[in-house]
Amino acid sequence: MNDAAAHAHDPHLAHHFATPRQQFESGRLGMWLFLVTEILLFGVLFTLYGVYRSNHPEIFVYAHRFLDKTLGALNTAVLICSSLTMAWAVRAAQQGRTRLLTGCLAATILGGLVFLCVKGVEYQHKWKDGLLWGKHYQPVREVLEKTAPREGAAAAGAPAAADEPRNVRIFFSIYFLMTGLHGLHVLVGMALLAWILVRAKRGEFGPAYFAPVDHVGLYWHLVDLIWIYLFPLLYLIH
Amino acid sequence: MESEAGHDRQALAHPVPAWLLLAVWGALMLLTVATVAVTHLPTGDLPALGLWLAMGIATVKAVLVALFFMHLWWDKPFHAIVLIGALLCVMLLVGLALMDTRDYQGDIREHQQRIGP
Repeated sequence: MNDAAAHAHDPHLAHHFATPRQQFESGRLGMWLFLVTEILLFGVLFTLYGVYRSNHPEIFVYAHRFLDKTLGALNTAVLICSSLTMAWAVRAAQQGRTRLLTGCLAATILGGLVFLCVKGVEYQHKWKDGLLWGKHYQPVREVLEKTAPREGAAAAGAPAAADEPRNVRIFFSIYFLMTGLHGLHVLVGMALLAWILVRAKRGEFGPAYFAPVDHVGLYWHLVDLIWIYLFPLLYLIH
Repeated sequence: MESEAGHDRQALAHPVPAWLLLAVWGALMLLTVATVAVTHLPTGDLPALGLWLAMGIATVKAVLVALFFMHLWWDKPFHAIVLIGALLCVMLLVGLALMDTRDYQGDIREHQQRIGP
């Protein structure tokens, strides 16, 4: 009865929880369980990638050339930096430093925006070159010849297009599916962060109550984690 | 009852030290450079080595993010068990699917040779 009375006036404690710690731990576990479902979702897509690459490695070796490694690496760095600002935002919330908190949240959203813009540039290049998914894979001839492997270019006469393995379209289906779904998750993360930012500006968070910042942070770190695996698998094939 | 209340009055907030956040960030950036560098290494007889090395580095990065950015280092072990459980399930899924599909490659090749180009 003592602890119930002690916390009776805590405005952040929902009535169905006995203590603030129990409430916080429940929220965190709940978010982890949701992240598990996300891991399984992307796990299935990684399985698709693994099986298809295992059976048709020549398609992956051929097609990955069309992806811009520099932009991919840049996006990786951007997301890592946004994870830093996100972790710092949680720290700031716990310390009750509202201005630092809102600054870090804004920086995290900005990181997500830069990521999506770079993605947009990449997608636009693919669109221009006709390198799309499934039946929309209609590559512009100049692009195929421009990105021919050096050995192929040495063989006189034969254009690189003749070396194109069957079903390269499926690489691009996988590429757009995985990066598209990931991009969607980044967008949702940015929306969540914007919501938290509005609440932070109102001064809702402090050492006694910072759970929403913490839990959205977990989601954002997962989005970063998924990209950490996507980057080498799609962009760094040799 | 008294000790329970005492435990709960222990501060909820546990700010991660700033130096640790920066150190983890620095390590992540370095490992990203390493990931790109590793795929340029000549692998000779083992073409898949580059991929496995890159995956290994990615896993180190993932562990750093999970332990320190996602606070698992200080959390109840149950949260880490939940995450590891999910990862084991994914590894089973990928592993078994790959084993299964590899099993059939011989049959598929035979069939393709039989029906011709």
